[in-house]
Amino acid sequence: MTTTPIDPFSVLDDMELRLAAERTHLDALEAEAVFILREVAAEFERPALLFSGGKDSAVLLHLAEKAFAPGPLPFPVLHVDTGHNFPEVLAFRDRRTIGAGHHLVVASVQESIDRGRVADDGGGSRNRMQAVTLLDAIAEQGLDVCLGGGRRDEEKARAKERVFSFRNRQGQWDPSGQRPELWNIFNGRVHPGEHMRAFPISNWTELDVWEYVAREGIELPSMYFAHRRLVVERDGMLLAVCPWVQPGAGEAVFEETVRYRTVGDMSCTGAVRSTASSVAQILEELALSRVTERGATRADDRFSESAMEDRKKEGYF
Amino acid sequence: MTSEDPTGRDAGLLRVATAGSVDDGKSTLIGRLLWDAKALLEDQVAAVTSASEARGHDGVHLAMLTDGLRAERDQGITIDVAYRYFATPRRRFVLSDTPGHFEYTRNMVTGASNADLAVILVDARNGVVEQTRRHAVISSMLHLPHVVVAVNKMDLVDWDQAVFDRICRELSGFVNRFDEPSLTFIPMSAKLGDNVVEPSENMPWYQGPPLLRYLEEVPARDEADDVGPRLPVQWVVEPPVGGQDRPGVAGQLVSGVLRVGSEVTVLPSGAASTVASIDGLNGPVAVATAGDAITVRLADDVDVARGDLVCGRGREAEVADSLDALVCWMGEAPLTVGGRYLLKHASRWHDATVSALHYRLDLATLGHADADALRANDIGALALRLGGPVAFDAYRANRITGSFILVDEATNATVAAGMITAAPVLATP
Repeated sequence: MTTTPIDPFSVLDDMELRLAAERTHLDALEAEAVFILREVAAEFERPALLFSGGKDSAVLLHLAEKAFAPGPLPFPVLHVDTGHNFPEVLAFRDRRTIGAGHHLVVASVQESIDRGRVADDGGGSRNRMQAVTLLDAIAEQGLDVCLGGGRRDEEKARAKERVFSFRNRQGQWDPSGQRPELWNIFNGRVHPGEHMRAFPISNWTELDVWEYVAREGIELPSMYFAHRRLVVERDGMLLAVCPWVQPGAGEAVFEETVRYRTVGDMSCTGAVRSTASSVAQILEELALSRVTERGATRADDRFSESAMEDRKKEGYF
Repeated sequence: MTSEDPTGRDAGLLRVATAGSVDDGKSTLIGRLLWDAKALLEDQVAAVTSASEARGHDGVHLAMLTDGLRAERDQGITIDVAYRYFATPRRRFVLSDTPGHFEYTRNMVTGASNADLAVILVDARNGVVEQTRRHAVISSMLHLPHVVVAVNKMDLVDWDQAVFDRICRELSGFVNRFDEPSLTFIPMSAKLGDNVVEPSENMPWYQGPPLLRYLEEVPARDEADDVGPRLPVQWVVEPPVGGQDRPGVAGQLVSGVLRVGSEVTVLPSGAASTVASIDGLNGPVAVATAGDAITVRLADDVDVARGDLVCGRGREAEVADSLDALVCWMGEAPLTVGGRYLLKHASRWHDATVSALHYRLDLATLGHADADALRANDIGALALRLGGPVAFDAYRANRITGSFILVDEATNATVAAGMITAAPVLATP
């Protein structure tokens, strides 16, 4: 009895056709992000993965683990610590990095202040100071690329951001100096002293991120989920009472069931009233949501339409 | 699965490129798509409304939703490539928007290079103009699977079917000169919303779908002309990591099907082997299809490095050290014969020298003009001599293994987008 050898390149059988048809938009986005991560690791000498503890960087770290499995991450994880963090986020960071066997580097804004590299203007927010700390860390570590969880749908100024975003010797983003990106070919060449930011989840939306978190069972800091917290209300935002947010004259402190849509500093990130205590409930809330991630909760983006663009020019992200 | 319809079909991701000038109403069209697809959240609208009012527009100026950088907002025009995202319960869309003006040919090439579909805008009052022809030629050159011609501002021509038919005939006639007729025409008014998302009551003579439904239903990938398995190698996981004694060859399968047991050839070396195992992103799989990110282990001890191309045995890509290609020039300094550049193709860098400049393409007439140089936004045909062998397919056979970029070694700027047409008949000595 002879057996006919299977032609390895023949048309897919029914089961395989079904599998191929079931490839979802998340699969396509995931494969694209993994492709970018692998290109970055291969093209650059000294990459690092920027990790804030927020959902985008948690997703990015998860993708990086998948991209290089079964090997270790071929680069360290870098956290710019403003000193105004939610304690839950710091605990999550340690668990997710050191606890997972990754190499964590922490760059401290407080240290930059102490060394006189940047002045604390007393405005309460350390967002602008992060730029200096980050650029110093990049110089000290000799990094030529920082992977970040930035997405193009986050804000108008990011709609034209590249996946490989060039930064000059001053660490600045120059809108006229960005390179065209064709097909899936990325040009990561830099001169000494220059570096890039690379954004593997550029094409993901906030909804995609949450759907992926749900699908993969990705761990997030507890503040994303509903909990009771003492807050004050300022400029239409709910701010947690903490060492950097103290009630002013006539400001009432009250306890609310809230959650955070974005991880930022305790000094300037607002909570929203919510009872969503699971990823599924967050997805439902998002579908009905009437306010974008940044608009609701980040005090500094209210300054002007061009605030993000200005901060990118300064090297913040 | 989406949050709105957890049990619904997921028609995947579709990359759409839009081309047209501000005057054709393209930004209005995009704003309408985003608005009506309920992708706009309340505060974005509020921010735009206040900005619109500050600048003296009545109500919501939909085009302002898509403007980005500060300078452009103030000038009221858009430059460069902007990415927008929206979804319906059926499909997720990535929309790359590029300006229409001829000075920005390079931006359309950039924005549309990996698109599944292009939407070309036509102002019904003006009909087919040079810019329309240019966009059609670029779409064809980029070998985009689908092209939709949005005949806009039908409200300003009294919804006249004769106007629409004339535009269809003229553009189809032009496209037939160089390509398979694959155009879909949709009459619409982006400003009033007719046939963008909702069918138009003003054009009962049009029986086709409104634009958004067309976008939801068009097949994302056309597998008809498959060159066979192509795995450009991005990354090699060296043993003994993962308890393996063979290297893991990682990359994204860009064409074809690989199974455990598939016979393969590694190019450009020509080494032969078979697939011993395939890992997807979630563990071992028996079969991988185009689009999958995989790590493959080969049964034999062959050298594989980043930049190699793993192909199906008997359906291998070509190998040569010189190429003929169409390029879109993007650099500020012109390209000339003898120019030396770095070429990046399928995760490998090569030294490349321009050995001949065959012609510059006139996008409006399709004529071939003699040229001794290519300038920014020019498209031309040239021959390149490389520093070593490259494994490739013609661009029209596969967009990933047939495309490349040129980089200026001194400035590191990306100066050209390239599409391989063939290896030159004359072999290098």
